[in-house]
Amino acid sequence: MCMVQAQKLSKRVASPEGTLTLLDEVDLEVAAGEACAIVGASGSGKSTLLGLLAGLDAPSAGRVLLDGIDLGTLDEDGRARLRAGRVGFVFQSFQLLPSLTALENVMLPLELIGRTAPGRTAREVLARVGLADRLRHYPSQLSGGEQQRVAIARAFASGPKILFADEPTGNLDQVTGERVIDLVFSLNREHATTILLVTHDEAVAAHCHRRLHLAAGRLRDDSVPGADRQVDLPEAAGENI
Amino acid sequence: MRIFRLSLLGLLRDWRAGELRVLGLALVIAVASTTAVGFFTDRIALLMERQASVLLGADLAVVSSDPINPGFASNARGLGLKTAETGTFPSVVLAGSTTELLEVKSVSAGYPLRGVLRVAQLPYGKERATRTIPAPGTVWLGPRALTRLGLRIGDKIKLGSSVLTIAEVLAYEPDHGGDLFGIAPRLLMNLQDMPATALIGPGSRATYRLLIAGPAPVLAKFRQWVDRRLEPGERLEDVRDARPQLREALDRAQKFLGLAALVSVLLAGVAIATATRRYAVRHLDGTAVMRCLGATQRYVVWLHVLQMLWLGLVASLAGCAVGYFAQQVLVYLLSGLVAAPLPPPSGFPVVTGLLTGLVALLGFALPPVLRLKDVTPARVLRRDLGQLPARTWMVYVAALAVAAALMLWQTRDVRLTAYLLSATSLTLAVLSAVAYALVRLLRLLRAHSGVAWRLGLAGIARRAGTSVVQMVAFGIGIMLLLLLSLVRGDLLNEWERSLPPGAPNQFVINVQPEQVAPLRRFFFANGLQDAVLYPMVRGRLLAINHRPVRASSYSDIRARHLIEREFNLSWTLRPQPDNHIVAGQWWTAAQYGKPLVSIEQGLAKTLRIKLGDTLEYRIADRDLSVRVVNLRKVEWDSFRVNFFAVTPPGLLNGYPATYITSFHLAADRHGLLRRLMQRFPNITIIDVQTVMAQVRSIMHRVNLSLEYVFLFTLLAGLTVLYAALQATQDERTHEVAVMRALGATTRQLTLSLMVEFTAIGLVTGLLAALGATVSGYLVARHLFHLNYHVDPRLWVVGLIGGGAGVGTFGVWGTRFVLARPPLQTLREFS
Repeated sequence: MCMVQAQKLSKRVASPEGTLTLLDEVDLEVAAGEACAIVGASGSGKSTLLGLLAGLDAPSAGRVLLDGIDLGTLDEDGRARLRAGRVGFVFQSFQLLPSLTALENVMLPLELIGRTAPGRTAREVLARVGLADRLRHYPSQLSGGEQQRVAIARAFASGPKILFADEPTGNLDQVTGERVIDLVFSLNREHATTILLVTHDEAVAAHCHRRLHLAAGRLRDDSVPGADRQVDLPEAAGENI
Repeated sequence: MRIFRLSLLGLLRDWRAGELRVLGLALVIAVASTTAVGFFTDRIALLMERQASVLLGADLAVVSSDPINPGFASNARGLGLKTAETGTFPSVVLAGSTTELLEVKSVSAGYPLRGVLRVAQLPYGKERATRTIPAPGTVWLGPRALTRLGLRIGDKIKLGSSVLTIAEVLAYEPDHGGDLFGIAPRLLMNLQDMPATALIGPGSRATYRLLIAGPAPVLAKFRQWVDRRLEPGERLEDVRDARPQLREALDRAQKFLGLAALVSVLLAGVAIATATRRYAVRHLDGTAVMRCLGATQRYVVWLHVLQMLWLGLVASLAGCAVGYFAQQVLVYLLSGLVAAPLPPPSGFPVVTGLLTGLVALLGFALPPVLRLKDVTPARVLRRDLGQLPARTWMVYVAALAVAAALMLWQTRDVRLTAYLLSATSLTLAVLSAVAYALVRLLRLLRAHSGVAWRLGLAGIARRAGTSVVQMVAFGIGIMLLLLLSLVRGDLLNEWERSLPPGAPNQFVINVQPEQVAPLRRFFFANGLQDAVLYPMVRGRLLAINHRPVRASSYSDIRARHLIEREFNLSWTLRPQPDNHIVAGQWWTAAQYGKPLVSIEQGLAKTLRIKLGDTLEYRIADRDLSVRVVNLRKVEWDSFRVNFFAVTPPGLLNGYPATYITSFHLAADRHGLLRRLMQRFPNITIIDVQTVMAQVRSIMHRVNLSLEYVFLFTLLAGLTVLYAALQATQDERTHEVAVMRALGATTRQLTLSLMVEFTAIGLVTGLLAALGATVSGYLVARHLFHLNYHVDPRLWVVGLIGGGAGVGTFGVWGTRFVLARPPLQTLREFS
């Protein structure tokens, strides 16, 4: 089953020099349970693509189907409702709300979908990422690695079907980055989550089943069979590859 | 020159980007509030200056509480000067079953010598100027009196022993007594009719004026001649010292309204400081690049200061224009208090408005702008460098200096300024502390609430500093309006309630000695046994311990008034029940008829009279010397008849006396007053209720004008709110974007914003109600010695006004943050 699907997806923006094409008729299909990395140089449009796939922005042309639903038929609120409980995010700059504690940040997506006992679930997930003793800390009181772990806990708390990760290790040192990636993928295995990951780090991309290269607004599949690292493909997703 | 061009270009660019709108708006409000008051008081001052002789009704006047020596008038006429006479006194008129206390002015032919009378056929109807005065047997009545008594032209009224016909509506008289804040409605009559009313006898409260007009040299000659012949109690008034009460009232109004306007200026200052901080932060990058390209610190500072100056100039001019229109409303609100049509204002308020604008702008905006010079050029390489150090003390010091300068300018009184400044700082500190405590308390609610609530409350806590500023700024505006609208009424009601039940509500003056016995019988027959008739002899204080007293030797205004007017002396065997001896001894039977006097302690203090001093009085052409044997404390609140000076019985037997009394009359027995007036036409009845109603009506108008000025304060409070919204806009946009990414709907986001702003508003309302209650309590207990009951309406109005006001405004002000696509925002914040 296809979890994320893009058809002839384009994004153009107006600039003083005329129209600038960020994405040019991109086609993409990501199967349920698949981990897919989008790599490319900075400015290649990786984050724009991720934003469009997650419904954070509207495309200039083409369409996106998320969990079988066409985003183009939804308004901003409709897209938000679709994301709630179904989509998790991990950002390069964590994007935690500075006014909320670690616990409150993790509770947020649970509360938005009206899940019962959001506090208990949030505590459990935070304990899972090793932050049981940081519940009442504000983001400013946490290290970069800790903040990203809170963000991961927030992303997985509601048990989403899809996780979008935008350069999740970009703001972290190598050791911390590796730990964070390990955490993401072990949670991914536990929850059988579909992952769409944007990175310029080949080592991070190597964790994924598939690697797509974005250059000049166009997407190219450059997955190498038998990559340098063995990845476990969930059985449910296996037949789609 | 290039820096001028660059600064102008920069200003235009920033304006288009919407960066300077709050700054401009705050300045416009600050300047508009000061110039509205400025234009208004300027117009009254101009009226007084240009039309001083009109306000006097003459070029020169001899004023006395006794009829004026006829020799003065004949000498003036002999010199070729024009003269006219007036006599003014309070009296009660009777029309049907209604009585009304009026200010009666009887005038001779030729009045007024300067200016003209204006009359109309209907109250507040079409006016026309007239050169005549009321014909004998007729009166002209002011519109207020006519309306109150329910009379029309052609109706008859009873004034003392006379019955007179109303011939015209008196629309305007140039020398209307103390008309700014004057109380009683007016009646104009012919001087010839005065004796027949039998209202004027020895001891009646009349003021006589001989009006004189003519060429200046002749006037000077007359002045020289008359100056040497003035008796104590007679004084000259000319255009320079015309209407001292009016001048005083104007001076007070100017200070009071000016200070009220200043509150708006200071609040606008807070908005300016908040907005400029954002301005400075937003210009960090640009400044760093300029420094990198070789701009000196001096250049950077000048560029921004010039930009501020241009903005200040334009916004202040706009503020002056708004102030000019706002002033028209002020004139309308106070229209009943200023009789004459006001001349157009001078340009002076524009100058003061511009100065106020620039001083406020530089004081509140300069510290953040000056810090831009410290931006390091290295910021172009690493943006985390060159964050501005938070030098908040500079902002406070500058703000305090500006506040002090503006207050000093307004009050021209160092002590008052110091007092006001510390009182303001204390109020602000207390309000901020309470607001901060409440913000902390709101945190407790967070654990037990839904997502929108949690987010809204978390926003307040995170922006605690801004939240407190918003709460205090807007809270002050609401508090002032609560004080004026609710607390003022409460205090007045409380004072009326505090009067002992059965306290006298009617005063009767002008009772002649031969009427004492029949009046006693009248009172007795009508069950008013309590009405004690006290004798009263009018005398002028000439000297204390043989040193002549002059009004000019006292700086205290009250002391001056006391010296200029006549004292009422009385005699009694025993001190009245509400009097207490605080020094010396009361007289014994052996001392009856001895030249002794008992003085009220407040008067003794004002005129610096001590126990054992010798006082010399002139009573009806005879001098009397008495020794102070005791000082009394008088409870004036009892509303009983009381005297400053009391002698033993027997001493004042040979002097002309009238009698005075007071009594309580139940509301359903007002018909008795009518019979009293018919039996004793010459007496004057003063109904406390009527006077109170008149005082209330004046207070209401003055209050309306103050409330109007404080509306600017509320507007300034809103600007602070708006500036704070702008300052936190980036933060909010980010939050909304993250929430959107996590799946929050518009409804959820709007709800969280509503929670945040309504909570801020509720705390604001709470602060305002708290402030108004505490101020009301302090004023009641310490100023008026009244019990103060907490008014629940304060809390209801405060909470609803604050919650709804800030809630609506906040959600409205942040509606744009909901409209942005989340991706764009998230990228900016990564």
